[in-house]
Amino acid sequence: MKSISGIPASYGIAIGSAFVFDRAEIVIETYSIKDPAAEWKRFEEAREKTHHQLDEAYQKTKDDCGEEAAEIFNAQKLMLEDPELINTVKNQVEKDLTNIESALYKTAESYAQQLEAINDEYLSARALDIRDVSSRCLRNLLGTTDSPAAALKIPSIIVARDLTPSDTVLLDKDFVLGFCTAEGGSTSHTAILARGLGLPAVVGVGTAIEDIQNGEELVLDGDAGVIVINPDQGALEEFSSRQEKFYKLQAEAEAITHQPAVTTDGHQVEIVANIGNVEGVQTALDAGAEGVGLLRSEFLYLERSSLPSEEEQYQNYKTIADAFGDKPVILRSLDVGGDKDIPYIDMPAETNPFLGVRAIRLCLSRPELFKPQLRAALRAGYGNNLKLMFPMVATVDDVLKTREVLEECRGELKNEGFDVADEMDIGIMIEIPSAAIMADQLSEVVDFFSIGTNDLSQYTLAADRTNAQVAQIASGFQPAVFRLIKGVIDAAHSNGKWVGLCGEMAGELLAIPILLGLGLDEFSMNPPAIPFAKQLIRSISFKHAQQVAQTALDLRSDTEIREYIQKVIPEVNIG
Amino acid sequence: MLEITVIIIHEVGLHARPASLFVQTAAKYSSDIEVTHGEITTNAKSILGVLTLGAHKGAEINIKAEGEDAEEALKALEQLVLNNFGEDE
Repeated sequence: MKSISGIPASYGIAIGSAFVFDRAEIVIETYSIKDPAAEWKRFEEAREKTHHQLDEAYQKTKDDCGEEAAEIFNAQKLMLEDPELINTVKNQVEKDLTNIESALYKTAESYAQQLEAINDEYLSARALDIRDVSSRCLRNLLGTTDSPAAALKIPSIIVARDLTPSDTVLLDKDFVLGFCTAEGGSTSHTAILARGLGLPAVVGVGTAIEDIQNGEELVLDGDAGVIVINPDQGALEEFSSRQEKFYKLQAEAEAITHQPAVTTDGHQVEIVANIGNVEGVQTALDAGAEGVGLLRSEFLYLERSSLPSEEEQYQNYKTIADAFGDKPVILRSLDVGGDKDIPYIDMPAETNPFLGVRAIRLCLSRPELFKPQLRAALRAGYGNNLKLMFPMVATVDDVLKTREVLEECRGELKNEGFDVADEMDIGIMIEIPSAAIMADQLSEVVDFFSIGTNDLSQYTLAADRTNAQVAQIASGFQPAVFRLIKGVIDAAHSNGKWVGLCGEMAGELLAIPILLGLGLDEFSMNPPAIPFAKQLIRSISFKHAQQVAQTALDLRSDTEIREYIQKVIPEVNIG
Repeated sequence: MLEITVIIIHEVGLHARPASLFVQTAAKYSSDIEVTHGEITTNAKSILGVLTLGAHKGAEINIKAEGEDAEEALKALEQLVLNNFGEDE
């Protein structure tokens, strides 16, 4: 028994034998030709044949897995008819008298490498497409048509270095239990296809995939991104029962996910989503989110070469806030610096970036960066329930300075005749110990708090969460962190303000009873966690959670707290 | 030679479906059409070229056309980009 891990790309657990998808390499010879016209005719015939095959592949994939997965074959057709590609190939055939196979292979490969060099996940996937369509055409030229897909005759887990659209179209979907690939990310073709089929997938496993032999028994865990090779009887039983239990719980949780999160004794909390872009809106709504507790604005700033304009930001924020109507959407202002770098924003190197000019500190020192975002938010918040939140606040002064800039923007916008939100709630993230300690004073100058447990733990424990040797120490389950959280919630409540939490802990079933018991008002988490969180809250009483939280605060370590919760609230054990 | 400058407002940038539509529209005209983003210039009828521009949402692209139907070609491409490639959002 051995286990390997990769990126979880599609939920669920599959158990079955491995079908190693070994695509035979095409051997391309290079030689001189005498009759370029005849060579070109061969290419035109092969291209025509390829076209027909791509049309068939489109139709079959559309029927099996939907339009999104099928669309790729139309893009491949365009690639094969690309005038620049055809010209380059033609030159090599007519001027250099190179055989068509070699000319096509080299040209396609050169485009694939250019696309890969841009270092963008989407474009890397297109590199796979140009290779896929040129291999298809090369196979037509060489008269080789064998696909390993034809050998799939029993239900199996497909294991491959990478799967191209042409490979997957030929697989008989009735025999596919799940996917495991060495390459690819969560937006790769395999990932999209797996989600479209509702099958589990683990991608990006790397060279470890070579450990899997054809026909070996596998367990594929698409939630954790783990593959167990030749599981022993114990592991097999464990995963089978987890698979069964998971599907049952998932069905139950999803059935209640659009109902409110109310404890058995009538205490209601708000369950909202963390999202990172416009595409996240529908996923959050479908999962039962009652709003957005954390809209990361970084998405607008990444993968580009200059700052987004006020107008562009306004459009994006408005689209998202409007989609939720009168439900709250909390926009967090730009949170960069530390481990998050944006190339076109000039940030001098620092010895201690986590203790340096990051987030609100960077924004306050750079009005040209900050003001367009504030103006966009004030405009976008007109007619909906958009709220604004600032990260990395350390002092009351930080809030006062920020409010000053915000009021300046509001004044300017009104003078310019824009509609602006007059009553926009302003909150801060509590992620620096000084802010947690000063929560009583801070709650007088803001409308709400949102606790960021990832940073709060690393600053409280003085342990860098990106350093594997000490990351374990920076656990949100440390009693010290829970004590700070309790202080923050109590201080805010005595000033009539509410408190949310948008760190990873909000969606962790083990943490939910304690946070609930401490009086947390809003839990903001990744959408897939929402059904399970709601189900847990609906199954326990607030009174019990309060007692459990009180006891947990008096325990000595994160391990003691975890073990205690598992013992007293068995509902947290779903996996 | 005629030229225009437009900004890509589509969520995914000049990638995926928008890139395909852009190239297919350009291919309808006989004029030579070039598109530039930053320092890279490519044939507007080449899907592989257009993809390597790496034009994300918010990117400013310049389109030049030369030939009999240059004006119509530019008008059609401008409309396509301004109408957000036929999508409402």
